[in-house]
Amino acid sequence: MAGNGKPPVLVILQLTGGNDYFNTLIPYNDGNYYDMRPSLQVPQDRVLKLDDTLGMHPAMGPMKEIYDSGDMAIIHGIGYANSPRSHFRSMDIWHTCEPDTVGTEGWLGRALREIDPKGENPVTGVNVDQALPRALVAPGVSVASVADLSTYGLLTSIEQEDQRNQMLQRFANMYGPAVGTGQVMEYLGQTGLDALKGADILKVAPEQYSSSVEYGSSPIAKKLKDIAQIHTADVGTRVFYTSHGSFDTHAAQAALHAGLWTEVSEAVADFWDDLREHDADQNVIMFMFSEFGRRVRDNGSGTDHGAAGAAFAIGPSIKGGMYSEYPQTRPEALEQGDLVPNQDYRGVYSTILEDWLHLEAAPIVNGQFEAPAFIGA
Amino acid sequence: MASREDIALMSHLMRRAGFGASRDEIEQMCEQGYEVTVEQLLNPTGPPVDEYDLYRHHPITEVPGGAAAPGQAAWLYFMATTQRPLEEKMTLFWHHVFATGNAKVDNCFHIMDQIAMFRSQGMGSYRDLLKGLAADPAMIYWLDNNENHKHAPNENWGRELLELFSLGVGNYTEKDVFECSRAFTGWTLDAKMPRYPYGRFPWKFVFRPEDHDYSEKTFLGQTGNFNGEDIIEIVLQQEACSKFIARHLYNFFVADEPQVPAWNIEEPRNPEAVEMMAKILVENDYEIKPVLRAMFNSDFFKEALNQKVKSPVEVVIGTLRGTGDLTGSDPKLEALGKEPGYLGQDILDPPSVEGWHTGREWINSGSLVKRVNFVSDRVSDTSLPGVQRMVEHVGNNGATMSAEELVDRCLDIMGPVEVSDLTKHELVSNVESGGKIELGGESFSQRTSETFALIAATREFQFG
Repeated sequence: MAGNGKPPVLVILQLTGGNDYFNTLIPYNDGNYYDMRPSLQVPQDRVLKLDDTLGMHPAMGPMKEIYDSGDMAIIHGIGYANSPRSHFRSMDIWHTCEPDTVGTEGWLGRALREIDPKGENPVTGVNVDQALPRALVAPGVSVASVADLSTYGLLTSIEQEDQRNQMLQRFANMYGPAVGTGQVMEYLGQTGLDALKGADILKVAPEQYSSSVEYGSSPIAKKLKDIAQIHTADVGTRVFYTSHGSFDTHAAQAALHAGLWTEVSEAVADFWDDLREHDADQNVIMFMFSEFGRRVRDNGSGTDHGAAGAAFAIGPSIKGGMYSEYPQTRPEALEQGDLVPNQDYRGVYSTILEDWLHLEAAPIVNGQFEAPAFIGA
Repeated sequence: MASREDIALMSHLMRRAGFGASRDEIEQMCEQGYEVTVEQLLNPTGPPVDEYDLYRHHPITEVPGGAAAPGQAAWLYFMATTQRPLEEKMTLFWHHVFATGNAKVDNCFHIMDQIAMFRSQGMGSYRDLLKGLAADPAMIYWLDNNENHKHAPNENWGRELLELFSLGVGNYTEKDVFECSRAFTGWTLDAKMPRYPYGRFPWKFVFRPEDHDYSEKTFLGQTGNFNGEDIIEIVLQQEACSKFIARHLYNFFVADEPQVPAWNIEEPRNPEAVEMMAKILVENDYEIKPVLRAMFNSDFFKEALNQKVKSPVEVVIGTLRGTGDLTGSDPKLEALGKEPGYLGQDILDPPSVEGWHTGREWINSGSLVKRVNFVSDRVSDTSLPGVQRMVEHVGNNGATMSAEELVDRCLDIMGPVEVSDLTKHELVSNVESGGKIELGGESFSQRTSETFALIAATREFQFG
């Protein structure tokens, strides 16, 4: 149980496309930064300084405020050895904890199976996106995928509300126990009722919700607002997943990267304000990651795929500060021109699993890894 | 006029050997007869898919790159518009068996080359397919054969060739895997340079004699200086091979089997059918067409109506074809390409080399919502030409209609779908609650299409 006596909740925000670590957390006193970013350097006086060496990108004002309040852990140099520098492969590695083979089960799918082994609550895991990320996939685990909370449900094409409600009642009747029709039919019956129950549960969320927080208009603001609505409705969701992007800034990075971080920072800050207003923040942590960082030397207008990145953990239960080390930036210390990871991502997952969700991490992340202690403020 | 049974059987054939067909097409096929239709499927004369139209309206599908999405849109277009349905269904079949995924390959254009190979050779020789695959750049990279060296063998391709592509677990030893892998040393990609910093470039198969292990190997009881092609010949001599492929065909076309890794533990649900198909494969030197012909004309196939949970691709393509919801210039093609993935089958990106788990594993509470909504959104849209035609079929004779008649006709045109008394009762009650049925006009269209939507939501409709 977390601070307010409620079960711990995890919100994952995936920064899809490969966020540029070097321009997110800027080593503003480091000559290598200015040498290797001839086109994309942020002037020293605009960097949002966190300490004597590092500062955030100027678009991250609300993130800096969270850091200053002590509710944010910054995990440096996160990644794994031999980055494939491929979006798809790398995302898969982050999702399945299998860097050497193609994995089929997601780490959060496994976690959900531990949290709700009998699948009693159809909304224990909720993905706020169209496509289900592989991180949430595991046999026997059902996850609701909500592209838009306000229209989520079955038979949404039926516009007349009375008519649709009546049809949903028919649906419930049709999926009722059908003894002797065979295993698959019976399984389908249960699954249909679960789907309906999940939709019914989630339908309540926007109805109950009211807030003085006004979210922005970006897609990530909308998604985090959906998550806030479901979380504050207290329907038993333990893992939320959403994403924003694309951080794949090969060209025109200066404007793109600033825009993305403006959207993310504002949405994240609004989300936490919202949870605080509902006194629903104590049992939540948020984890933000990207599949890799980007090439140290810019290409004139953007940056190409790299290796080490930064992750963020946010929440009142987070021990704020910096974890692990900023990788060496000297040209001879780079690997194929990239920052070298020094914190295995599976160790960070282990911290979240063990210290927050209270699950045994090793079978979920496939081994033992150094786990920084950033939870337990 | 074709009988109800004929219509049901022909619809079954077209769902399995293709992606469904409109009632007008089914009636015409019934007129020419079942076996003639099977022959047409096996020897298609229809024009190939108009790729010009695809590229003209959707140039992104031709842009070389890593992402799967453009390839998914292109393949969806092929499946949704083909006039050679079995050819495309066999392409999907081989993608299930030889599952190659873009999550690792990261070079979707080479996966599309593999798909094109399945399209052109999918009803030909399984021997040629295996040999083609062993030299297929996407497969070589997917299963690390470019890392399989004379002095450092990598067993990934060698193992999966035996385990998942030909024999199945239990029909070879670890030693066989090792010897098989040695025989494929030097089968690699030309100039495998890193993608960065120079960007993507085409892959090409190359055999490097200096990296090939020419020493003696003992494989499945035979000893010699085997190369990869010899290995494939020895594999084809094994009884297990014909049975394995026959069971794959049965699972894909006839009725759901347990998942592949259980095949050495659990007997086939119809061992005689698998035996029969295996025998035909061997008698015809692993030509695929004769075994397909025998399967589609067999009693066990004709009796297997609604024995399979439809795959997401079957749901999506069947619905698009049935409702007429896709034409070449349609701007939503790229979005539609992602739909099978939303329903749980990310084409060109299977979860692993084992391919997808099929049958009931297609369904969970998340995917069921997507599946029901995908179909009901479209069958309730009376602006779609296919839906208008379905409504016409439902209301095309008689001056009055009872609620039960309306439901029966809707069930007929949507499948025909066989439903339980319970389901039927709910469907009829839903129509009855709307009052007396007036034939023709907008209210009739609306009530009929609404009934289609509710049928799409039934348990029974998930089978096909």
